[in-house]
Order: sequence, then C-alpha cells, then structure tokens
Amino acid sequence: MTQEFEFTDELAELRTMVRDFCAEVSPESTVRETMITDTGSDSALWRRLAAELGVLGLAVPEAYGGEGAGLVYQAVVVEELGAALVCGPVLGTVCLAMPALAALSDAAVRADYLPALAKGERVATLAVPTHGGTFSPDRVTVTATPAESGWTLSGALAQVPDGTTADLLLVAARTGSGVALFAVEGDTEGVARTALSTLDLTRRQADIVLHDVAARRVADESECPSVCERALLVASALLAVEQVGGAQRMLDATVAHVRDRLQFGRPIGSFQAVKHRCADMLVSLEQARSVAYHAVWALEDGTDDARLAVSLARAVASESYLWISTSAIQLHGGLGFTWEGSPHLYLKRATTDALLLGTAGEHIEHVAARTVDLASAAD
Amino acid sequence: MTTTAPSIAPDAAMIEKVARDVVTAHPPRDVPLTELMGAWYDAGLTWVHFPEGLGGLRAPRSLQPVANRVMREAGGPEPRTVNTIGYGIVAGTIRRYASPEQASRLLRPLATGEEKWCQLFSEPSAGSDLAGLATRAVQETGDAVTPGGGDWIVNGQKVWTSLAHTSRWAVLLARTDPDVPKHKGLTYFILDMTTPGVEVRPLRQLTGRAQFNEVFLDNVRIPDAQRFGAVGEGWIVANSTLGDERTSLGDRVPARGSGVIADALALWQAHPERHTPVLRERLTRLWIRAETHRLTSDRTRVAAATQATAGPGSAVTKLVGSELTQHVYEFCMELLGPAGTLIDTYSPDAPDDESGPTAIQRKYLRSRATTLEGGTSEIQRNVIGERVLKLPQEPRADKKIPWRDVPR
Repeated sequence: MTQEFEFTDELAELRTMVRDFCAEVSPESTVRETMITDTGSDSALWRRLAAELGVLGLAVPEAYGGEGAGLVYQAVVVEELGAALVCGPVLGTVCLAMPALAALSDAAVRADYLPALAKGERVATLAVPTHGGTFSPDRVTVTATPAESGWTLSGALAQVPDGTTADLLLVAARTGSGVALFAVEGDTEGVARTALSTLDLTRRQADIVLHDVAARRVADESECPSVCERALLVASALLAVEQVGGAQRMLDATVAHVRDRLQFGRPIGSFQAVKHRCADMLVSLEQARSVAYHAVWALEDGTDDARLAVSLARAVASESYLWISTSAIQLHGGLGFTWEGSPHLYLKRATTDALLLGTAGEHIEHVAARTVDLASAAD
Repeated sequence: MTTTAPSIAPDAAMIEKVARDVVTAHPPRDVPLTELMGAWYDAGLTWVHFPEGLGGLRAPRSLQPVANRVMREAGGPEPRTVNTIGYGIVAGTIRRYASPEQASRLLRPLATGEEKWCQLFSEPSAGSDLAGLATRAVQETGDAVTPGGGDWIVNGQKVWTSLAHTSRWAVLLARTDPDVPKHKGLTYFILDMTTPGVEVRPLRQLTGRAQFNEVFLDNVRIPDAQRFGAVGEGWIVANSTLGDERTSLGDRVPARGSGVIADALALWQAHPERHTPVLRERLTRLWIRAETHRLTSDRTRVAAATQATAGPGSAVTKLVGSELTQHVYEFCMELLGPAGTLIDTYSPDAPDDESGPTAIQRKYLRSRATTLEGGTSEIQRNVIGERVLKLPQEPRADKKIPWRDVPR
C-alpha cells in the first residue's frame, strides 16, 4: 500500500503500458469505427486488455482470477481507458459488476463469476435502481419468485449500462421478505433486450425485460443493500478518475491546437484570453484529479467517510470534465463543432458521465448533508 | 550552540523525537519566544532540509510538517509566523548565496525572530513587471581597503514592503546596468535597514490599516560583501527567492474544515435565522472548493517529496487559494446581510484581522489583496499557461532592448 497521492514507479509503468496499448489498438479512428457498430463495443479489444495486459481484474483478489493489486491500480487503468474513450464494458463490468461480486460474502459465488470477468471472457453489469447515486431499494420493481431450483425473476430494467452485451446480469429483485440480489445469465430464456440510442455512442445502454427468467440468489435481503452500496461507491470513484482521464485528454488536445493555430499573425495560445482559459482548464483538472484520487485511496484504505469522499469527487469531476470539454469546443473554434473534430466525442462522454450514478447536484446534496448541515445541527 | 547530529538518515520518528525533546526542555508556554525558537534552530528543526549548524538536519523537506506539528501540539507558534518574510522567503536564498560566515551570522536571529526581514522588490512602476524596476545601485571604485570592489550606493523607491517598519534586514533587488535588457542589469543585495538613508513610510491600505510601507533609499551605502550572486545576475537570485515563496506554502496543509472555510462554517452556525437554500448551496460549494484545494495542496506536497519532476503545483495552489479566500468572505458578507455594512474601526493600527466584533468585515476587505500580493492572478495564469502548458509567451516589446530605452 502506498501513502495517499504517492504514485510509485509501478503505477507509472502501468499507466504508460495502458496508454500505449490504447494508442496502438484503439486510436480515435478505431473508436469512431466501433461506436457506429450495432453493439458499440469491441469484444476482441476487451479480451486483449485481459489476456495481454491483465488489467481488468486488478482490484479482484488473486483467488478469483484477478491480480489483487487493489483499487488504486484499477483506477489508473480506468483513467486511461476513459482518456482514450475505449469502447468496451468498462462501466458495467469493471466499475459495477466486479465490485458487487467482490463484495459478496459467498465465496462460491465469487469463484463462479469473477474469474471469467477478470479474463475478459465474459462481460457483466449491475442493474439496480439508484437515486442520487445511492442504492434505492424502494424503487425495485422486479419480482423474485421461488422456483423448484432457485428463483425466477419478472419485471423491467431501464437504461442498463452495457445491457446489450452483458453475459451476466446482477439484478435486484423483490422477494417476499425484502430485496435481494440475483445473478441472471444473459442468454436465459425470457430475457428480452432493447438497445437504446445513446447520446454517447461509445457508452451504450439497453432496456431489459425479464419474463419468468431463471435466476440465482447471490445476496440475501440482509446483505443486498451493503453489496449494492459498496459497488456504487466503487463505481462512482472509478467514474471520477475516468472523468479526469477524459478531461486531461481534452486539455492536451486543446493546448496542442492553440499552440499551432495562427490568427492575426500569432498562435492563438499567445493571447491572454485563450491562454488564461487554458490555465483555468488546468486548474479545474488538477482540482478534479485531487478529489478523484482521494476517493479511490479513501475507499481502498478506509480513511474517510466513503460517501463524502466519493460525492466530493463526483461533484467536482463531473463539473470539471463538462467545463473542460465545452471549453475545448470553444477553443477549437468552428472545428470544435464538427463531427470530424474530437471534442464532441468527449463532450458526449462528459455529459453522460455527469448524469450517471448521481448528478453533480445530487452529489453536492450528499456533501451538504455531511458538512454544512452538521454545522447547523451543532447549534 | 548545541546541534543534534544524527548518526543515521533522519526519518519522521527521529524528527518527532528531536522536536519533543526541544519542547520538553523549553516548554513553549513558559519560556520566551526567542529562547524557544533558538533551541528549535540549534536542534535543526527550523528548516529540517537545511545543513546541520544552519537550522537543519539535512532531512527530506517533506518531514518539516512533522516538526511543526510537535511545536503546535505543545502550544508553540507556527515557526513561519515568527519571521514571516525571513522564514519562508529569504532563508533559502541566504543558504544558497551567502558565505558560510554570513549564513551562520544571519540565520539564527532570523529563526528566533530577533532580526526580522523584509523584501525590497516591488516598486511603484514595477509590480507584476518586477524586472522593470528602476532603483539604481552604483559601485564606487575599489581601493586597497576593499579590494574585491567598493561599496554600492543605492537610490530609489520601493513599495508594498510588508513589515519594513519592524525589519532589521532586507533583501534588495536593484538595477546595476541600465544599458542592457531589463532582466540582465539587476543585482541582488542584502541591506541593513539601519543604514543611513533608509526611510520607511507606512502606507495606508483600503482596510484602514498601515501594514505595508513605502521605502525610500537615498544614497544608501551597501558593502560589496552583501551582494548575493554575480553583478547583473540578480534576476536569477530573485527567482530562487520567489520559488521559495511559492514552495514554502506547501509545508502546511491545514486540516479539513480549517482555514478560511472555518470562518464561513462558524458564521453559518451562528446565524440560523439567515439560512436559505441558496446560501446553503453556496456554502456547500465553497466547502467543496476548500476541501479540494486542501487535497490539491497535499497532493502537491507529496509530489514534491516523492517525485523527481515537480507538477504544476505552486502556481495552481496560489491562484486557487487566493480566489477561494475572496469568495469565502464575499459569502460571509452576504450571510451577515445588513450587519455586514458595519465596521468597528478604520484605525491605522487596528487590531489584527483575527479578532473583534467585525473581524469578518475586515477580513473581507483584506481579502482583496490576496489576488494581488505574491503575483497577481493574471500573472499566475500566465505562469501556468507558459511554464506548465508551454503555450507561446506574451509578445514582449521590451525584452531585447536596453532598459534605458524602454518606454515608461
């Protein structure tokens, strides 16, 4: 374990390795080709990330096919995948499903599902209702019925991330005595998926209807809330570093552009109006980076109120990524508004990220409840 | 003078033990400040990264907060407050540029606060454009008595000089060659403020207080031995001073909820009758900015201590911290509402900003200086744009022509 904010040589090498891999295997041209395919996902690339780099299961214990390196390592990878807009089930599999499975108390369930995900052989997602980025059991509408062997689930799941491609669905469903978590094989009879047209073509969702689908209960009613909450916290922290990765890429692209682009006989980056906006983009990015890394370290080490650290990270990183990507469009000029330019790809990812797992406003509300409201309550 | 000489490389545990020994032998609440800080210096805790015998232990700079924490817990002062300019800004330059004899003569009274320091850099027409300064230093011809070169005779005017009225020493940047471009004709000196010809006039600020000064230099004589660095290389020395000014801020990372945001939280708590959802959101956003700034300062500190290349750190934290301070006190004034229109005094010798029934109002007024002092926010953004992001420099009409020919 490293001290907070200490990036060892090993972490730096991991970052370089993933960055180089993405540049070679998933350059922007490849992203553009993949994002207009039916699934919007490159399954061959996904398997290579696992087989050649071994970077999908860094936070998964070795006993379950992972590397056991921890969340900080996983965060570095997600940051780089986000910087390159790699088309794959990062959100569903790495951010949501793996942390949920890893949090289960039943070792047999972990052993059954995690290794295939870590090896990139299968992909998964977590489909549970949320409100403001937290697990919301009151909103569970899927019903679970005991069957001869196991359970059957019925109901509708809206806007499931990576729902089109997931081989494994982790679904919260209502039993007679509460809400439990179930595993559903994607190819089971009775699973009907409808791919949704998404703002961000590189991050797809699906509506899924379950009709008497055979399912396995993986967390009972007492365990389900803590498993889901843990998964959502980890996913949010990873999403925050992904936002940092994308924002960094947009800052780099913008700085390169304003350095080269000549107007009035000078590079436009030499004008203070442009230079100062770039400086403000860097400042915003550095702030987001600090809170995103803090959230990851805090979750790994248990050194802070997890909800506070995560909501702080998401509030700052969401607004930062959005502002940096809109600034990139502005500073790229007309080119920034074209389909050929790269900024729109990042604006769309930034917009999507900022609306998933809690909006900036919702996360600010979580922070308010844990800070300002406590100051008032102390009267 | 006793100096603790460790036989092994200093680590946090060792620093902590040395510090505890000092505060045990010299209880901060019971002994005079100069005795306490003298013992602190002799033990090598003033700047742990300095050499032994000069207030340090050749320890990693990252261990300074360990020593400072022990001092704080024992009820002692934050060491920098003993000599604000001298501690963080001048000491490093003395270590790099003074002769060993000068350094040991100057550093201990600096560390104890017996000899305060000020910085004679800015001038009425050279603030952000520091290198454009006009104060002249002319060297008398050397003779048998002073073979290395004669005394320097200095004439000019400085401004915004914090603490000049209580300082024994100053660092001074002066023009020694007006016939070369502005950055090349400067030389760096240290000046004994008791020298004849030095006149300090308090300068009243918009807060009503007189915290800064104008300093007039009329045929002030400085021995050549008090020159730091080569003649004409003052800009290089000055940059090392300014670098220390930025870096020294990283030695103290406050606790969550402390610093300026603590004022806002306390005021919020004290005025439940003025709570609204709009103010609640504003305060939460300020809390988020303060905590984010705190974490960024901490990340910058770790990066400086563990990585070979420094990040964008100091310019970013300077910019963010100063703007945050202003926005926090703007919020506080809105929270106060009509009561915010009152102020207890505009007396030039008003009590320090920390106390009094309208301390918030005075801090609000004082906060307007945070984006000016130590480099304006505009200059910080230029620094970030040009030195961190490597964007093209501002076109500079005066860069290559002799200073004498620069329009002013």
